[in-house]
Amino acid sequence: MSPELILSVRNLSASIAGQQVVEDVSLDVPATGVTALLGRNGVGKTSTIKAILGLIPRRGEILLDGVGIDREPTHRIVQRGVGYVPEDREVFAGLTVAENLKLAQRGPDAHWDVVETLFPDLVQRSAQLAGTLSGGQQQMVSLARALLNPNRLLLVDEPTKGLAPKIVGEVADALVRAAELAPILLVEQNLAVVRALARDVVVVSGGRVVHTGPAAEFLDDPDLVRRHLGVHGDAPESAAAGAVPDGAHPTEAPA
Amino acid sequence: MSTVLLLAITGLGLGALYFLVASGLSLIYGLMGVLNFAHGAFLMFGGYAGYEVSRLIGATTWPGFAVGALAGVLTGAAIAALTELLLVRRLYERHIEQVLVTVGLALALGALASGVWGTDAIIITGPDWMSEVTVILGARVPNNRFLAIIAAVAVLAGIVLFLKFTRYGLIIRAGVENRSMVTALGIDVRKSFTLVFAVGGAAAGLGGVLASQYYTIVSPHLGPSLLIFAFIVTVIGGLGSLTGAAIASVLVAMLQQFVNYYVFGLGEFAVVLALALVLLIRPRGLMGRVAA
Ligand SMILES: Nc1ncnc2c1ncn2[C@@H]1O[C@H](COP(=O)(O)OP(=O)(O)OP(=O)(O)O)[C@@H](O)[C@H]1O
Ligand SMILES: [Mg+2]
Repeated sequence: MSPELILSVRNLSASIAGQQVVEDVSLDVPATGVTALLGRNGVGKTSTIKAILGLIPRRGEILLDGVGIDREPTHRIVQRGVGYVPEDREVFAGLTVAENLKLAQRGPDAHWDVVETLFPDLVQRSAQLAGTLSGGQQQMVSLARALLNPNRLLLVDEPTKGLAPKIVGEVADALVRAAELAPILLVEQNLAVVRALARDVVVVSGGRVVHTGPAAEFLDDPDLVRRHLGVHGDAPESAAAGAVPDGAHPTEAPA
Repeated sequence: MSTVLLLAITGLGLGALYFLVASGLSLIYGLMGVLNFAHGAFLMFGGYAGYEVSRLIGATTWPGFAVGALAGVLTGAAIAALTELLLVRRLYERHIEQVLVTVGLALALGALASGVWGTDAIIITGPDWMSEVTVILGARVPNNRFLAIIAAVAVLAGIVLFLKFTRYGLIIRAGVENRSMVTALGIDVRKSFTLVFAVGGAAAGLGGVLASQYYTIVSPHLGPSLLIFAFIVTVIGGLGSLTGAAIASVLVAMLQQFVNYYVFGLGEFAVVLALALVLLIRPRGLMGRVAA
């Protein structure tokens, strides 16, 4: 596989309120393309992302582009070029769309053009309070906050959760574009989206990594999928598969 | 009629003092989750600083008063910023320890003031205008009430503009909503913690100078007595809400004034009753958000 890694995690453990939620996770994220982090509900995918960012107390080794970040506070890690799209969006409800974006802007060289082309709706709604947006629109704000900055890595946690099929497609399209700008570690339950976007998968179970490999290989093995995710693979005729429109293609590594 | 007017304007003046304390309490709680029991001590030192500096220049002159007020503001801001940097900073998310430290600091600063200025109240004088009255529709209103009201409105406007139009204001508003997401956007939210303490301390320091004009004394008891009402105001207004604090300041002070006048001496009781009612019917306060 790709010898170049943007993120390398070794023996990561983490706890919330004194309770261990990540046991012993080791994973690598290549410097290009989308890597999907999969696992059943409650196995610790969100906690793994939060531990990488230092949002919860953690132990273990975390290298971002070869530099240890496991002792740094969250804001420093993010300033190194890590974009974060949290589960449940976490937009600032009492701030306008424009204020949400302005707050997220990390430096003078922001990609306003990217945000404007991907989310024209947000430009129109810039004066609207984020709390009054629909779920899909809030997800756009959350994505835009991350994509606004030049990133070396994007951590995206369940961006299609609870969204209508049409919006799932739009989010997937935005992620395709985002993946051209920076590698992504993506937590995603919608396997059709995973198939469309991810090159590699990392599967977590019981607080540990139980499978790593090419996405297609994993998704095409119904046994593996059932064993690790407890669901059936995404048969082409399933509703979920229809949720991803033509725009989203499997992301290959740039030459 | 003139009695009602006098009570109303005096109530507004008292509400202004409450607001100058409650604004800082509310912001500090909203952003950092810290109940700052030392806030009354910031006010008290503001009052003493104003007294000492005015005296040097001439307590009954306007320049003396103005420079004294400035000294009160700076003293309040400085003590508050130091409190955050030296004590509270180490104790974020440790609520019991925070309470112990801020209560301890309040006691220590109170004892320090008693040591320096004595336990007896010091009589405060100001420019003559301050102790004169203005007659409005037959009501003889002491002028220092107007000054307190104008100052509180200016502070409210200043803080609102700061929150609305500056980068730090944006960070503080976002941080009150969701602090960890602010750090996850690459922002060192701790820097704004010190700033919020300083702003709150400055308002309290100004409150100290104006309270000593209002009561015409400054004493070590000035802090604790105003702090109690400011806490009540903050809870009724909704912890973390500046607008809520402003509205509740006026409501509480009015209630206190009117009940005290018409039902002799029961004003404080009425305020506590109002607090209990709000906690029963609307525990998050008038303008408080539902905890996430
Ligand atoms: N604040 C918390 N307090 C206590 N336990 C928590 C807390 N947050 C998460 N957990 C526990 O940590 C474990 C891992 O949670 P996490 O959110 O990381 O799982 P996940 O893989 O992201 O799940 P999902 O697919 O449902 O999003 C779960 O068992 C959860 O109950
Ligand atoms: Mg999750």
